[in-house]
Amino acid sequence: MSATGDFILKAERLTKRFGGFAAVSNVDLAVERGTIHALIGPNGAGKTTCFNLLTKFLQPSDGAIFFNGRDITRMPPADIARLGLVRSFQISAVFPRLSALENVRIALQRQRGDSFDFWRSEKALNRFDGKAMAGLDEVGLAEFAATPAGELSYGRKRALEIATTLALDPEMLLLDEPMAGMAQEDVSRISALIARIAENRTILMVEHNLSVVADLSDRITVLARGQVLAEGSYEVVSRDPRVVEAYIGVGHG
Amino acid sequence: MTVANTETHPVTLPADLRISTPRHHVVIFAGLLGLLLVAPFVLYPVFLMKVLCFALFASALNLLLGYGGLLSFGHAAFFGSASYVAAHAAKVWGLTPELAILLGTGAGAVLGLGIGALAIRRQGIYFAMVTLAFAQMVFFFALQVPFTGGEDGIQAVPRGKLFGLVDLSNDLTLYFVVLLIVFGGLLLIYRIVHSPFGQVLKAIRDNEPRSVSLGYKVNRYKLAVFVMSATLAGLAGATKAIVFQLASLTDVYWTMSGEVVLMTLIGGMGTIFGPLVGAAVIVTMQNYFAGFGAWVTILQGIVFVVTVLLFREGIIGVIARWTKKAL
Ligand SMILES: Nc1ncnc2c1ncn2[C@@H]1O[C@H](COP(=O)(O)OP(=O)(O)O)[C@@H](O)[C@H]1O
Ligand SMILES: [Mg+2]
Repeated sequence: MSATGDFILKAERLTKRFGGFAAVSNVDLAVERGTIHALIGPNGAGKTTCFNLLTKFLQPSDGAIFFNGRDITRMPPADIARLGLVRSFQISAVFPRLSALENVRIALQRQRGDSFDFWRSEKALNRFDGKAMAGLDEVGLAEFAATPAGELSYGRKRALEIATTLALDPEMLLLDEPMAGMAQEDVSRISALIARIAENRTILMVEHNLSVVADLSDRITVLARGQVLAEGSYEVVSRDPRVVEAYIGVGHG
Repeated sequence: MTVANTETHPVTLPADLRISTPRHHVVIFAGLLGLLLVAPFVLYPVFLMKVLCFALFASALNLLLGYGGLLSFGHAAFFGSASYVAAHAAKVWGLTPELAILLGTGAGAVLGLGIGALAIRRQGIYFAMVTLAFAQMVFFFALQVPFTGGEDGIQAVPRGKLFGLVDLSNDLTLYFVVLLIVFGGLLLIYRIVHSPFGQVLKAIRDNEPRSVSLGYKVNRYKLAVFVMSATLAGLAGATKAIVFQLASLTDVYWTMSGEVVLMTLIGGMGTIFGPLVGAAVIVTMQNYFAGFGAWVTILQGIVFVVTVLLFREGIIGVIARWTKKAL
């Protein structure tokens, strides 16, 4: 964690009000390029809302967002994905009626640009099959290539979602609780995968599994009641009395 | 080492995963064509042409509903408008039938672009309500303007001569022309569903936010499929006007929108062959039970309820599940 100050993603005074209730208020966030940055906090702290704001699935009530120095505060979400800032969802987001292979291929297909060619055979997509298969293999899903995604177990859906996100080869990934509901062996595999993909990418992730957070992240921002409570390395943050207090109520260590 | 670009780790692809037109689809299409070529020598050509027109209409709706995940409750607007335009072009302007059908289809497309652009801004049931509302506007327009002939409709539309050469007054000749149009339409729908565009369409149907997060501008795809669906519904309506030599308020009435949804659901939405079966079932019922008057509607309702209760995926949907084959 060097102080180069090369921030790939920056949010300033980010605020989201639902009616009178501020789910996120005045959050300043700066994610350094090439790091794994964790966003933690008790349930309802506003982590998912932050993700929705950063990827523009929600329009901020206030504040500004910069990606690679570019103001993306008013950009539509599909355009943000095209810039290389891609998110996953807390509730596993797969395409249930498409096979696992087709799920990954939908992401690879983006390399063609738009796919409005309705007159062409889908055989035009066969050239992505090899890469899609390699992506599935990476997350341990090769044998489920032909299985409809909706029929996969919860943990496998999460793994498929990660494979799909990775297939876009994004510069930065936002992962919302990627390991929630996974068996321990899957957690280890996905942890290792995240560490590996972070070698040439930036990752911002929400995760409740604190040992994973401790292992993986370079920097941690703690959110509580929509506001930044603390920020720093795991050692610093985990000793912060305010953080400990915020976590007592929800039983985290 | 990047993950997505892993070329160093070759993983072999099972042969059954490679995309290609499944052989059973080719067999079914070929068998269907064979059957339809023989059918007019066994059954009434006019009855068969009615089934064909509605099979195309239902397949057009299914493209939007079954593959785009968008329930339109106003497809009569496209079917009916195309029917009026084709009838007017053939009767008043004296155009040849292929030009009349082309103009009618174009009317469906233009109307689809207008209504679709406004409707796709809404989701789920609100989308259905917006399409219904616009279809009702089209209905009242058709009721008011003089060119539609009001309650009488446009009657005695000449079938004319195809390209000015082939006389279509003969039912059998017309049947083969209609078969060509409808079968061509069905193959086009099949291609759309199994194209790179179709893949994105199915992804949007399955999970719209996820498609957005992958960088797809979903509204453009939704509008595109809406226009395609409206155009094909228009082709069905225009062809129907030439076959029955009639365009009437029934074609733009909301019950027509409901009927085509019914056909699609009974046959199996999201299946290629379901809408054809659904159309055949409903048209046959209407024909054979015509003597029962208002009871036909009630019988249709009963068939619908029974279908939904017994097999929610529709007739072909259930067969597809049993045989574990995409139909
Ligand atoms: N669309 C919404 N409308 C109203 N309130 C919302 C909405 N989304 C989230 N909230 C509220 O905002 C707060 C933060 O939620 P969330 O960001 O999901 O928390 P976290 O992901 O940290 O558990 C919660 O109190 C939640 O109820
Ligand atoms: Mg959350």
